Amino acid sequence: MAVKNFVVASFSDEAVLFPAVKKVRTAGYKIHDVYTPFPVHGLDHAMGLRETSLHTAGFIYGITGTTTALSCMSWIFNSDWPMNIGGKPHFPLPAFIPITFELTVLFSAVGMVLTFCYLCQLAPFVKKHIFNPRQTDDLFVMAIEVTAKTNAEELKTFLASIGGQQINEQRVEAGWWFGRFDREDRLFENKGVEAVNA
Amino acid sequence: MHLKYESTLREPLVDGVKDYHQVTEDIISPIEAKPGKLWYVGFFISLMLLAFGAFSVTWEVYYGTGVWNLNKTIGWGWDITNFVWWVGIGHAGTLISAILLLFRQGWRTGVNRAAEAMTIFAVMCAGQFPIFHMGRVWMAFFVLPYPNTRGPLWVNFNSPLLWDVFAISTYFTVSLLFWYSGLIPDFATVRDRAKTKLRKLLYGVASFGWTGSTKHWQRHEALSLVLAGLSTPLVLSVHTIVSFDFATSVIPGWHTTIFPPYFVAGAIFSGFAMVQTLLIIVRKILSLEDYITVGHMEAMNKVIVLTGSVVGCAYLTELFMAWYAAVPYEFDTFYKYRAAGPLGWSYWIMMTCNVISPQVFWFSKMRRNVAVTFVMSIIVNIGMWFERFVIICTSLYRDYLPSSWSYYRPSWPEVGFYMGTFGLFFTCFFLFAKYFPVIAVAEIKSVLKTSGENYKKDMEQYEQQSAEEFEAGLHHDDHHHDAHGAVAHAHHN
Repeated sequence: MAVKNFVVASFSDEAVLFPAVKKVRTAGYKIHDVYTPFPVHGLDHAMGLRETSLHTAGFIYGITGTTTALSCMSWIFNSDWPMNIGGKPHFPLPAFIPITFELTVLFSAVGMVLTFCYLCQLAPFVKKHIFNPRQTDDLFVMAIEVTAKTNAEELKTFLASIGGQQINEQRVEAGWWFGRFDREDRLFENKGVEAVNA
Repeated sequence: MHLKYESTLREPLVDGVKDYHQVTEDIISPIEAKPGKLWYVGFFISLMLLAFGAFSVTWEVYYGTGVWNLNKTIGWGWDITNFVWWVGIGHAGTLISAILLLFRQGWRTGVNRAAEAMTIFAVMCAGQFPIFHMGRVWMAFFVLPYPNTRGPLWVNFNSPLLWDVFAISTYFTVSLLFWYSGLIPDFATVRDRAKTKLRKLLYGVASFGWTGSTKHWQRHEALSLVLAGLSTPLVLSVHTIVSFDFATSVIPGWHTTIFPPYFVAGAIFSGFAMVQTLLIIVRKILSLEDYITVGHMEAMNKVIVLTGSVVGCAYLTELFMAWYAAVPYEFDTFYKYRAAGPLGWSYWIMMTCNVISPQVFWFSKMRRNVAVTFVMSIIVNIGMWFERFVIICTSLYRDYLPSSWSYYRPSWPEVGFYMGTFGLFFTCFFLFAKYFPVIAVAEIKSVLKTSGENYKKDMEQYEQQSAEEFEAGLHHDDHHHDAHGAVAHAHHN
């Protein structure tokens, strides 16, 4: 992702952050991201973020595990090496259930974690820009992208008026994507603030 | 007013006057400080135990399983007893992190991280026993189903012992992923406040480049919830499958349908006891009494008395069925060789520790007493070890042929192996307590403003209002006090 200018403001309380997010969006600024030390419930909706589809991915991985287990075991017992184990049937479904269940869970969990790491671009040795080191401690840090149309000074005054602290401007490469450095990520849908609050 | 409201009648989850930064400070600063003398002593003892365990295992691998006192009659002894015991202990961690998350039990936030760590270390210890019981341990990979040059001769998918391979390895993997995904944001907290270069580098690698982005948190929440949903049936399945190792056989005392629920309850029972043992020490040494409160211990003691009573019911049901079924072998196993006979003493240790002694926890005074809890947690773990010993050995030592009746006591490599797993467990746990955030920092922060002691005090004024006054106050906030508008709005929803 290209190097961009950001105006950064920090908030010390979620009770100030929520109205600030609303006002920044109403004023038409594009919030790059809000960094929080813990999951703040409802912030994703306030920012107009789309729901995640990670659950669906988990379900798909799960049924992949189910099919893998059932098809492998029945193929092995019926066609690859049919073995007579105490005269028991070659397709003993009840006896297959434990392994089928375990593989469903295993595929789903491993797949979801890998997908999560891919989507969030998390991996060992990945280093990302931290706008404010206290964003993992006690501050809620809002980064607003400065575009050609943005008056940065006006934006700073505006942020100060709605409770922002430690306001500054940073020119950084924020967030990158494995192998696709110049791709613009569209995390934000262009939902109106009214629609979100309705 | 804050985003969420919790009654002041509910005990605070975080004691003392805290803000977000104080929470970070309290939990992270032990990582940054040099460990105390006690830590070194404990770590050294654990390493010594581990070394002795490694020696005992090497001895066994070199000379063969014959150095253990197992014989033709008693093919499973201390090894499988210890395997089931350690796996059972692991269950409390998953119960706390997964089932209590689904049930929205706020108190889990204080204890889940350490309990999950305990799960992982306990499963690591458990896995050693069946592997080394194989004897020719270099052939251990034969349990894996892969196309091979031996036919291909596949594993038997009908066998509960193979189900165990899948269950335990899945359980370990999923617990590890669940634990580590929760650790990532907390490692980032350590990284961002690190003063030394090395610490910044190491925790930077461990935190995978976490920034705390809202989108990432949203996905993280979804991931945690689904992993919790997956781990819940998983944890029940694991001990169910462990119980199948016994229940699908035709040995009197094992061949019962009550085993799965009975084993799961016993696992949770012993696991919570181990969590208590560890956390009482950890909260003291790391001064985390504000986060792991007496309220947390009381909640866990309630689980202990519940699951202990379930286990007690199972013992009595077994005795009843042994008489009611009118099968002489079943009757003799329970009444002549379990409750009496040469190994009868172990049955009564089990009964006393598991069924009688936990009943003290019906009294709130006892549940909230740290010393009583600590002693009880050890008694329960002894009792649960004997439960597995009783199930395995008292069913085996008197079988259908009186000529093969035998007695069993462990040899030193068996005892050494067991001590070695204690070494492994505590070595891991000491390293965890020193280098990892032992309490989930981010999770504590997310419940702080609803359940922190100083924030709950602010709520008292609202509880004294009538409903009309409260409602009017919200509207007042909405129109005139704009900074809190969104909060009041959130409340309406």
